[in-house]
Amino acid sequence: MGFPDRIERTVELDHPQTKVWAALTTAEGLGAWFGDQATIDLRPGGTAQMAWTSGDRAEMRVERVEEPTIFGFTWHIYGLPEDDPRRTYVEFTLEPNGAGTRLTVTETGFAQLPEDAHSKAFGGNTDGWAHELGDLLDYLDAA
Amino acid sequence: MAGRMSSATCSTTSMPPDIEAIAEQVFIALADPTRRSILAALASGGPATATDLADRLPITRQAIAKHLSLLAEVGLVTAEHGERRRVRYRLRSAPMQMAQQFLAALARDWDARLDALQVHLGR
Repeated sequence: MGFPDRIERTVELDHPQTKVWAALTTAEGLGAWFGDQATIDLRPGGTAQMAWTSGDRAEMRVERVEEPTIFGFTWHIYGLPEDDPRRTYVEFTLEPNGAGTRLTVTETGFAQLPEDAHSKAFGGNTDGWAHELGDLLDYLDAA
Repeated sequence: MAGRMSSATCSTTSMPPDIEAIAEQVFIALADPTRRSILAALASGGPATATDLADRLPITRQAIAKHLSLLAEVGLVTAEHGERRRVRYRLRSAPMQMAQQFLAALARDWDARLDALQVHLGR
């Protein structure tokens, strides 16, 4: 089936790096092409929010800010419960390319699992096996 | 059997979990309209016995029981033994959430977003 953990796209933009950087990292820029409205506190650990007229919202945590080349954030995986701790990491990389900019976006982490998900998904079966094998080892050690 | 499969292929709890196998089981389960209606009934009405479900759905109790045992095997429902030997089936969301991650990757749609960025920059 092939479970995609990573998405990557590269586009060549006919615009200087500083202009692309502003489109990606300012409230005005993000609110114009990404969301319908945006706020951003541009520093690692800062929060960015986007809202759409549909009523959808997204909250991002800024992770990397290396002006004007790298901007990274994490956000919630759409469709998982609100309190699910899993997040994907999105990173924009900007490289000058002549008068324009080569922009690469990667999003990773779709195939991650929370620590307890495996036992949750399998009904604790594997934990049970590990436990039983542990008991066997204890028994053999004692023998 | 999802559980047996995982314990057979892995010897410790730190092995890479087979998220893809779980997602596949979910999609196979959801590909059948009867199983979808059973899952939908459990999602909207909560835990139920095969008899309860047969009252609510236009399917025989036998067919429901057969589908429930398949759903239990892949971990999408869990059987609870209640009073008077009545077995109630409860929805389990964990495998669903793994399948949802797969769908989330497909739905991210960076192509449309990057098109929108280009339109924005072009102005």
